[in-house]
Amino acid sequence: MRITQGTFSFLPDLTDEQIAKQVEYALQQGWAVSLEFTDDPHPRNVYWEMWGLPMFDLKDPAGVIGELRECRKAHADCYVKLNAFDSTLGFETMRMSFIVHRPAEEARYRLRREESESRLVRYTLERA
Amino acid sequence: MMNTVKTPAAGAGQRTTGNTAARYKAGVLKYKEMGYWVPDYEPKPTDVIACFRITPQEGVDPDEAAAAVAGESSTATWTVVWTDRLTAAEHYRAKAYQVDPVPGSPGQYFAYIAYDLDLFEEGSIANLTASIIGNVFGFKPLKALRLEDMHFPVAYVKTFKGPPTGIIVERERLDKYGRPLLGATIKPKLGLSGKNYGRVVYEGLAGGLDFTKDDENINSQPFMHWRDRFSFCMEAVQKAQATSGEVKGHYLNITAGTMEEMYRRGEFAKQLGSCIVMIDLVIGWTAIQSISEWARQNDMVLHLHRAGHGTYTRQKTHGISFRVISKWLRLAGVDHAHAGTAVGKLEGDPLTVQGFYNVLRDSYTVKDLPRGLFFDQDWAGLRKVMPVASGGIHAGQMHQLLDLFGDDVVLQFGGGTIGHPMGIQAGAQANRVALESMVLARNEGRDIANEGPQILAAAAKTCRPLEAALTTWKDVTFNYASTDTSDFVPTPSVA
Repeated sequence: MRITQGTFSFLPDLTDEQIAKQVEYALQQGWAVSLEFTDDPHPRNVYWEMWGLPMFDLKDPAGVIGELRECRKAHADCYVKLNAFDSTLGFETMRMSFIVHRPAEEARYRLRREESESRLVRYTLERA
Repeated sequence: MMNTVKTPAAGAGQRTTGNTAARYKAGVLKYKEMGYWVPDYEPKPTDVIACFRITPQEGVDPDEAAAAVAGESSTATWTVVWTDRLTAAEHYRAKAYQVDPVPGSPGQYFAYIAYDLDLFEEGSIANLTASIIGNVFGFKPLKALRLEDMHFPVAYVKTFKGPPTGIIVERERLDKYGRPLLGATIKPKLGLSGKNYGRVVYEGLAGGLDFTKDDENINSQPFMHWRDRFSFCMEAVQKAQATSGEVKGHYLNITAGTMEEMYRRGEFAKQLGSCIVMIDLVIGWTAIQSISEWARQNDMVLHLHRAGHGTYTRQKTHGISFRVISKWLRLAGVDHAHAGTAVGKLEGDPLTVQGFYNVLRDSYTVKDLPRGLFFDQDWAGLRKVMPVASGGIHAGQMHQLLDLFGDDVVLQFGGGTIGHPMGIQAGAQANRVALESMVLARNEGRDIANEGPQILAAAAKTCRPLEAALTTWKDVTFNYASTDTSDFVPTPSVA
C-alpha cells in the first residue's frame, strides 16, 4: 500500500529537480520550509520528528535540497515530508506539505473493530 | 475604505422631519417626508448597511421607493402613528441616503440604506433577516426588489461565533494542505440501500477522494433509514483510512424534521467517529445556529448544502444575492458552503461566483463592483468558510477550477467520479491525479489557464483512468448565459 498523505502522493515520486521548483514557489510566497521524518505515518500522528527548525531565513532552494539529502541519508528507513509554513495573519499554518522520501517498504495499517451494543462498532487504526 | 462610511454629522437625519406636531398629524405621508430619505446622511461606523436593487412601479420616484424600503424594513407603517412620539424615532428609522441608477438597466436603482445597530438583537440571523427582508419584499409600489449586499460593522460581527472549525483548523485536522480538497456526492441520490450506498463511499474514498457526500434530500427514507446509512458509511470511511493512511470523511446529512432528531443523528455520527456532519439550508437560520453550536462543542466540521437558494438568489431583479446569504452563513457559523462552480451545470457567472468565494474566505473583503461586492467588510477574526464547488464538473475542467478558485475549495465531482467507465476508484484516481498535476504545474510557474489541456494530457500518459475520463467527458460543457451577472462589466460565459 502507498501512504497517500500530502499534496502530491498520487503523482510518481517527485525528482529533486521537481522538489526544488516547489521549494522555489514556497519561498516566493514568503513561506518557511521545514523537513520532518517518522517511521510511523499513522494519520493521527501529528508530530513527526523535526529535522532542525523551519528554515525561516533561507532564500535558496539549493540549501533546502542539501538538507533534504542529509535527512534522507540519516533516515532512509523513514518517511520524510517537506512543509511550507505561512506566518501571515489569518493563516499561521502550513500552506503545502508533501512526502519527499519513502522507505523501501511502506507502512501498513489495519482496522481494528470493537463490536458494541446495537450494531455500534468502534474503530481503531493500528500498525499491521 | 468602505463606500461612504464616515463619522456622523451632529443631528444628521433630523431636519427633514423633526419631532413636530405637523409631522405627526394623523394621515398618510410620503415615506420621504417621514424621515426615511436622508440624502446628506453619513453612515456611522456602527451602522448596518444594505444595498438593494429597486425597480419602482411606473410613476414612483426612485428616492421615494428607496425611502419606502427603508421605512418598511425598519419602523414604518403605512400611516402616521402618534406612538412614534413615545420613542427616539429618528434613531430607529432606517435611512436611505444614496440612490444610483443601475448601469445598463433602465428603471432599476441601487439604494443604500443605513440601520442603527440598536435595531438588531446580537447574534441572531433570524432577527436580522426578519428586519431586512421581513415584509418589504411584497411591497406594492415596487415591481421588484433585490437585496444585493450588506455591510456589517465589527461591533455586530463580534456578536457571532462564526464557523465552528474554519478552513485553517479543518486542514490541520485533516492534515491536507496546498491543494483543493476532493469530494463526490453519492449517486443515484435516491434508492440505494445502506449497504450499497456504503460501497460507493468506500470505492470513492479508497480511490483517492478526501470526502464523499450525502445529497441534500437523503435523510431517512423507506429505502434507507438514517442509522443504516450512518453505520455503513462509517465502516467505508474507516476502511478507506486504513488502506490509504489518510484522514477521510463522509458528510452525514443530519437534516431532519425536528431539532431533537437532528441532535440525535449528530450524536450517532459522533459515536461512529465521523469528523463531519451536514445540514441543508432549508432547515432555517435558527436551526443552523443551533447545530453550529453543537458542532463547536463536538469537534465536528459542519457542511452546508444550499438547498433551495436558487428560488430567491438566481433572478437579478428580485430576491437576495447569494453573496448576502454567504455573509449570513459565515456569521451563523458553517464550515463548508456550496457556492457555485462557474463552469458546471448550475447557474453562476465566474466573477459573481468569485465574489461569493471572497466573502466566505477573506480576512477582509475589499469592495469590488465587478464581483458584485458593494462594500469593504472587516471579518474581525471570524473563521473562514470553505467554499464547495459541486454540480456537473469533471476532471477536464481542473485547470479552470484551480485558476478560478485557488486552493481553499472542495471540488466535488459526483457523476464525474461515479460515472467513470473503469469504475468508481478509477474515477476518483483520475480526479486526484488531474488535481495534483495541475497544482504541481501551477507552482512550477506554468500558465494553467492556457496550458491546462496539455498538462492534463501529459498526466494522462501515466494514468489510464485520467485518460479515460478526459476522453469520456471531453465535449461536455454547460455553455448557457448566466442570469445573475455583474452589472459593472460585460460577462462572458465559461464553458
